[in-house]
Amino acid sequence: MKPRPFDYVQPDTVEEAVAILAEYGDDARILAGGQSLVPMLNLRIVEARALVDISRISALDVMREVRGKIEIGAAVTQNKLLAWPQLAEKLPLVAAALPHVGHFQTRNKGTVCGSIAHADPSSELPLTLALLGGEVVLKSERGERVLAAEDFQKDMLTTARAPDELIAAVRFPLTKGGGVGRGVAFREVARRHGDFAIVAVAAVVEDKNTVRLGVGGMAGKPMVRRFAREEAAGAIAAWADALEGYEDLHASAAMRRDLFRNLGPLAVTEAIRCAA
Amino acid sequence: MTDQLGKPVLRKEDPALLSGRGRYADDLPIPVGTLHAHVIRSPHAHAEIVRVDAAKALAHEGVWAVITGEDVRKLSDPFLAAVKAPVQQWTLAVERVRYVGEPVVLVVAESRYLAEDAAELVTIDYQPLDPVLDPVEACKSAAPLLHPAAGTNEISVREFRYGDPDGAFARADRRIAMTVPFPRLSFTPIECYVVVAQHNAAENSYDVLANFQGPFSMHPVMALALRVPGPKFRLRIPPDSGGSFGIKLSVFPYIVLIALAARITGRPVKWTEDRIEHLVAASSGPNRVTQIEAAVGKDGRILGLKLDQLEDYGAFLRAPMPAPLYRMHGAVTGAYDIEHVEVKNRAVLTNKMPASLIRGFGGPQLYLALERLMQRIAIELKLDPLDVIRRNLIAAQKFPYRTAAGALYDSGNYARAVEIAIGDGRLADLKKRREAARAQGRHYGIGFAVVVEPAMSNMGYLSTLMTAQAREKAGPKNGAVSMARLTIDPLGAVTVTADVTVQGQSHETVLAQIVAQELGLSPGEVEVVLELDTAKDQWSIAAGTYSSRFASGTAVAAHMAAVAMRDKLKAIGAKQLNVLPDDVELAQGKIRSRSNPDNALPFGRVAGTSHWSPVMLPETVAPALSETAVWTPPELEPPSIDDRINTSLTYGFIFDMCGVEIDPVTYHVRVDRYVSMHDAGRIMNPMIAEGQIRGAFAQGIAAALYEEFTYNEEGAFLNGTFADYLVPTVGEIPDVEILHYHSPSPFTPLGAKGLAEGNCMSTPACIANAIADALGVSAVELPATPRRIHALLQARA
Amino acid sequence: MRRVNRDARARVSLTLNGRKLAAEAEPRTLLCDFLRHALGATGTHVGCEHGVCGACTVLIDGVATRSCLTLAVQAEGREVRTVESLAAPDGKLNPLQQAFRDHHALQCGFCTPGILMSFTDYLSRNPHASEAEIRDVLSGHLCRCTGYASIVAALKRAARRE
Repeated sequence: MKPRPFDYVQPDTVEEAVAILAEYGDDARILAGGQSLVPMLNLRIVEARALVDISRISALDVMREVRGKIEIGAAVTQNKLLAWPQLAEKLPLVAAALPHVGHFQTRNKGTVCGSIAHADPSSELPLTLALLGGEVVLKSERGERVLAAEDFQKDMLTTARAPDELIAAVRFPLTKGGGVGRGVAFREVARRHGDFAIVAVAAVVEDKNTVRLGVGGMAGKPMVRRFAREEAAGAIAAWADALEGYEDLHASAAMRRDLFRNLGPLAVTEAIRCAA
Repeated sequence: MTDQLGKPVLRKEDPALLSGRGRYADDLPIPVGTLHAHVIRSPHAHAEIVRVDAAKALAHEGVWAVITGEDVRKLSDPFLAAVKAPVQQWTLAVERVRYVGEPVVLVVAESRYLAEDAAELVTIDYQPLDPVLDPVEACKSAAPLLHPAAGTNEISVREFRYGDPDGAFARADRRIAMTVPFPRLSFTPIECYVVVAQHNAAENSYDVLANFQGPFSMHPVMALALRVPGPKFRLRIPPDSGGSFGIKLSVFPYIVLIALAARITGRPVKWTEDRIEHLVAASSGPNRVTQIEAAVGKDGRILGLKLDQLEDYGAFLRAPMPAPLYRMHGAVTGAYDIEHVEVKNRAVLTNKMPASLIRGFGGPQLYLALERLMQRIAIELKLDPLDVIRRNLIAAQKFPYRTAAGALYDSGNYARAVEIAIGDGRLADLKKRREAARAQGRHYGIGFAVVVEPAMSNMGYLSTLMTAQAREKAGPKNGAVSMARLTIDPLGAVTVTADVTVQGQSHETVLAQIVAQELGLSPGEVEVVLELDTAKDQWSIAAGTYSSRFASGTAVAAHMAAVAMRDKLKAIGAKQLNVLPDDVELAQGKIRSRSNPDNALPFGRVAGTSHWSPVMLPETVAPALSETAVWTPPELEPPSIDDRINTSLTYGFIFDMCGVEIDPVTYHVRVDRYVSMHDAGRIMNPMIAEGQIRGAFAQGIAAALYEEFTYNEEGAFLNGTFADYLVPTVGEIPDVEILHYHSPSPFTPLGAKGLAEGNCMSTPACIANAIADALGVSAVELPATPRRIHALLQARA
Repeated sequence: MRRVNRDARARVSLTLNGRKLAAEAEPRTLLCDFLRHALGATGTHVGCEHGVCGACTVLIDGVATRSCLTLAVQAEGREVRTVESLAAPDGKLNPLQQAFRDHHALQCGFCTPGILMSFTDYLSRNPHASEAEIRDVLSGHLCRCTGYASIVAALKRAARRE
């Protein structure tokens, strides 16, 4: 299928980009990697009067450490982040999750921020952002605002980004140093290698007694809770029932709940083991 | 003579394909001014078409035509079908739509992009009707009728009785029955359909290029639809095709559609199908519900077999359907020696895309039922499943073996092949793994499947669906023609053409091997051209690549042509070498005296004699410029008066066994070990044979675990993209250990049997049996997705 | 800043397999269509137009990219390499192509160019890739003919030799 006609704009700076967004009102879409957007355009399931291609804005192709967080600009591809030599040390959970994101070929172009913007309910990067308590930097002609992940992520494919806003960067808090901070785990179940997860689970050890668990694919957006270590299995089982899960082509709601009940404790155990 | 056959000769096709120089249909140049078409498809599973308003679309930039079912009805006749029924199908929906995705309107514009834009401006008013999607429901009297004039959705019913099944069932110690459904799926090739059509108004003739695979029995179907005699419908097949697996038979309605578009616009028109259309509406294999019952002795010996096969063909029976129900008919008893058989074949229509040819072609459906039943028999009688299988296998000394339904199995030693496969500790290893897993509380199971794989269809098999009296009136139909031609050019170079279409099965390489073998050349010296052109090439209704006809059909014709050419060249060479023809051999690129090899001439020089100096030819020999062979094996007789039919020429044998484990965390089925024993007679190129087996195995795994076309209650199609229809990647295909046994076919000079559909037939059954063993359940629905496994585990708990 | 109106045609110039070429495209023209029909490089194939099958994979500035998910205008000024660039001018297959031939790693050949380009990128980054790594990258491609085992064997051979 071929896409509908659209204007194409390729700004060189962030200022130009937000000016274009303001000009088009609700009708422009950001093109970064295109791995989520272009299929939808080809299938004619989204509207776009204009595409704003931010992939060549050098100011957005930057990763840096700022005030205890790793800031990743909107043009940084998933493979670029994956190839960062300090990733395993500074963001071990992201290092564990990224290989599950799509395929090598799509990670060459797909961006970290693009995945956060797309907000698929079971996808890996939104899940890790939620679990780590990250934040999203939004820019528009009206200025800049920073939203915590839980305020940015609303529902299935829905975020708090206004139509004239550009995600300029996302920030992942550094995993705290020492043995405790290394305690992370990521697990997911998908039908085929590289497919969207049916259920994805991420775990972080907070301290000797507490773990924090995030789950994707059980609700419209990633959900996060903390538990006492010893109560994890029971707490996860109860939480699965509370979340209910949902039905789609690949899984019933009951199966999602059981997948979560199975995977959650395994992720917790692995995170604790890694922390030791 | 250098032996070319049986060697893993590297492929002639590869250098071009690896360099991006393949010539697939969409790659070929098209005339300037060619227009591009886009199909508007029904969003409803069942509805009346009330009104089509194309005014805005026609006014859109670059649009040349908007064609409706009414236009098509004026210019073309409904497609002939195998079943005579008051069901009419044109290439666009007429009055009614009957499946989601059915072509309704064709937009023709200056580019595909523009045609899709204009398509959004066409408004179509529909009056929805109730759809019926389930084949069992569709047979009920209260079901919505797809074709009211037919009065029923159960469009074809035929019963067959061989021997004395009632007597066998009355005598039996036990009767064991199952209902086994087989899912609907398609082996979607990576290249979709492509059609480029031109119409010559002065001659009212059509010239079409399309990646159509055959059989060319569809040529007259298309010509008749277009209301032209055969010679006015030229169909050309491109040099390369991106896979077919049966699916590219069903491009034929689009050939007619785009041909009509060329006629209406007066311009060449091109259509390239996209993946979305392909998934929803190209073609699929038929889904089937089989009720199967065996009359057995206490020792597991089967005395009689009953089958009720209800097959769902979707909205229309396109020619040559209901072929899958009949292609296997002679082999309906599989590898087992069963004398008393009752078969009821029912073809039913539902509001889904029409089903048609697919790799496996009736075998997967049959063997899932038969092999599941074999396991069930063992469980009910408390016997070992392999013992039950072996007790029933046709004994080696009975070959050639005539089955109850009339198939003539050419050769085989089934028991020996099984013995080899389970030997070398293989079965013992599987059992050890199962024991160890179960000791730890894990769900591990072992499954077996036994398959007789037919190849090269008897064209008369489809007439079995008519009664003997009806067949008598219509005239007998039988046989299968294979054709090949060798030509020699002035410099003595050899070219082969043959009646197969290229889809990736390496025909070019194997034909070169066959001809090189007889002429003493290397395969690299034999040119093979397989771009079939109905205006210029020799073809019959059997031409094409389908039903594994190459090894037992076209390959034999090429061999025969090569032998005839060889003998002519021997005679010509004898005269020039001044020896007797018996003393002449063709080897290493030379024609020489066997007793005195120094007395030799280059092949090309002798071969060119017929061009340059026909006076030098011996009186008894015609010029050796070309040699055509037509192979029509005598074993392919028409159905007998009592409905026995040898449905195929050669019959291979497959024995599969596997171990699977069910993952209690993810509900995935993990194939732990898989062994597949193949007897395909003589293997012409072992490298290519292995490639075919592995390809079929991957598709068998797909059917067992991943692929299914699903619909909601309204008939909406739910697997609309490659994200929703799960074609396996490398990560999903387990390893398979392939073993070989060789029982050459006595019915062909080469002894080779068609292979390559086998694991489509055996693997789903083998996996289903292993899952049933792992979970201790009797009903395993395929594909055994995590969702289904989860439901099975929940039901057990 | 570059801007192309939907109704306008942009002149897209890029380097294709070492040669500077240019042709016109609409903003919405997909790179796969541009390569195949505007520039005549038909070796790259189209299998799905939604980024799953991998048949359309090409290199853009050395990086394996789905050309069905790339706009032609996005390739402006870039170096694009397709399967036609792999063999020598005299037709001699490169080691990766030869490994595919030796292992019967293609049958219909339609998915093959995309896999060759993916691994031209990947093996240049990781020349001695392990089987697990090869399988991971290969999972971004669909093949219907081979069952994949022979492709893995060919890629393992290529990984050892390069």
